[in-house]
Amino acid sequence: MELKAGTQLKSVVGTTEVVVIRAPDHPVTLTSGGAPLVGRDEDVPTGEVQAGSEGSVLLGKRYVDAAGSVEVLCTKPGDGALAIDGEPLEVKSAKPLPSSD
Amino acid sequence: MYLGLILDMTHDGLGDRSAVTIDGRTVDHAELAERSWAASARFLELGVPSVVYLGTNHIAFPVALFGAAGAGIPFIPLNYRLGADQLATQLDAHPGSFVIYEGEPPVSATPGRSAERQAFVDSLDTVGAEPPSPPDPDATCLLLYTSGTTAAPKAAVLRHRHLMSYLLGTVEFAGADEDEVSLVSVPPYHVAGVANLLSNLYAGRRIIYIDRFDPQVWLGIVRDEKVTQAMVVPTMLAQIVDHLREADDADTPSLRTLSYGGARMPEPVLHRALELFSTTGFVNAYGLTETSSTIALLGPDEHRAAFDSDDPVARARLGSVGRLVPGVEIEVRDDGGGVLEVGRPGLVFLRGDQISGEYAGVALLEEDGWFPTRDRGWIDEDGYVFIEGRADDTIIRGGENIAPAEIEDVLLSHDGIVDAVVVGLPDDQWGQRLVAVVVPGEGAATDAEELRALVRARLRSSKTPEAVEFWPELPRTDTGKLLRRVVVSRLSGA
Repeated sequence: MELKAGTQLKSVVGTTEVVVIRAPDHPVTLTSGGAPLVGRDEDVPTGEVQAGSEGSVLLGKRYVDAAGSVEVLCTKPGDGALAIDGEPLEVKSAKPLPSSD
Repeated sequence: MYLGLILDMTHDGLGDRSAVTIDGRTVDHAELAERSWAASARFLELGVPSVVYLGTNHIAFPVALFGAAGAGIPFIPLNYRLGADQLATQLDAHPGSFVIYEGEPPVSATPGRSAERQAFVDSLDTVGAEPPSPPDPDATCLLLYTSGTTAAPKAAVLRHRHLMSYLLGTVEFAGADEDEVSLVSVPPYHVAGVANLLSNLYAGRRIIYIDRFDPQVWLGIVRDEKVTQAMVVPTMLAQIVDHLREADDADTPSLRTLSYGGARMPEPVLHRALELFSTTGFVNAYGLTETSSTIALLGPDEHRAAFDSDDPVARARLGSVGRLVPGVEIEVRDDGGGVLEVGRPGLVFLRGDQISGEYAGVALLEEDGWFPTRDRGWIDEDGYVFIEGRADDTIIRGGENIAPAEIEDVLLSHDGIVDAVVVGLPDDQWGQRLVAVVVPGEGAATDAEELRALVRARLRSSKTPEAVEFWPELPRTDTGKLLRRVVVSRLSGA
């Protein structure tokens, strides 16, 4: 799939929804629980979390790949770990800035 | 990326946490989101092209802002303190808008397309309110009039993606502890007021609004409500420090962070504040309307390290606006466009996803994304940014570029001076000549000759004002920005 910054996607194995913050310049497969994410408004049959793809996606956390080419923000939490072309995404640990606001 | 996404998140993730307190009434995140969704539905039903907000801080401010965002139309907070003519001009520039007002409706408001702010909030039914479908992320989210210190105010355009980029780049969702409370005293029409609102909601930090700033009221709320964060503009901090002039300590143990920005902070005020708020972390935030607020920060540890240091280089950092936030780049260029090396002052250019650099109809960004801020400044070898002031304020005397801030700092270092400005007036021999206007403190005894000698000793004779005038106060905007052009025209008319 071609990812684009701002695109909202949802999991078919759980309640997870994400928004793409940084997209790679080539097509990739973004999965949750082993199944590809679909457009937020698409009506598709639901599935099960595949073995080896268990895990939770947490509200408000940002997930990135090791290369830093993909970043998504979780807008609704759910089960089924996120992965890109089979590589699990990790929670991005942001260096907290002092509150300026 | 669409701004309303953050409401979906706060609604689900922070629902029963307190979001905003105003006039003693608190609204939680779920109610705020639902009222905003209902507002979006209202605006879509009416088919209005934009939403104008005319008033002080109130729960109607976030509801109308997010309501407009969800409807995909611009939110336009106007300065309610403007004169009738100027306000009418700005209102006329946005015909057909839904107008939310405080007190009496503006003359141009039409029934059906306007509402008093509390009545507006009360009229929104939260039962069955649903998030609207996301509008185009490239849609205009906010039209903010710049303060217009050097020219007539113009409306800066901030799109959903600019504000979201700022927010996601600098704030962690639900990152605040449950007991964190932020006291906000900047008005809705200021970019810091909008940035404050968004950051605190997204972080899950309760916001308390002060309607109209007063140092005694501000201190009372900090103490009574155990406020943990507060943001002020320099004139407010000056008033707080002045209010505490007999005190050894501000007596605000809950206050973890005090941030300031929006105008240049006079050094003596900052020094006194660092003494009074000895356990509080200070944050200097620098940004422009056109950059979706903060692009550089000087943090608490950096303030204390500079304040406690005897080394002049380290101590000078107190006058810096700190280092860039993630995702923002800086260049300092000379007048011919050449990029200057570290340490050399010139024109400041910025680039990044949060930077809009766009005004109604006109994009100021260069092809490769650089935005000319028209601020003058320089960067030190560790990446600390120093801002000297607006390029338009630079005085050219006998071919020499003179930043007035440098001279103003020297004048302000005199015990008897509470405010100071230096401007250039037309001069046949030098092109421009320097004139200082100062505000003496109560009972202070000084004269023009003493002040000129002070500048001559610290700087050099070409930077010494030819004349020093004494005024009871200087003209400033509501948020503390000095109106230099008013000073110039008063001096020229005299």
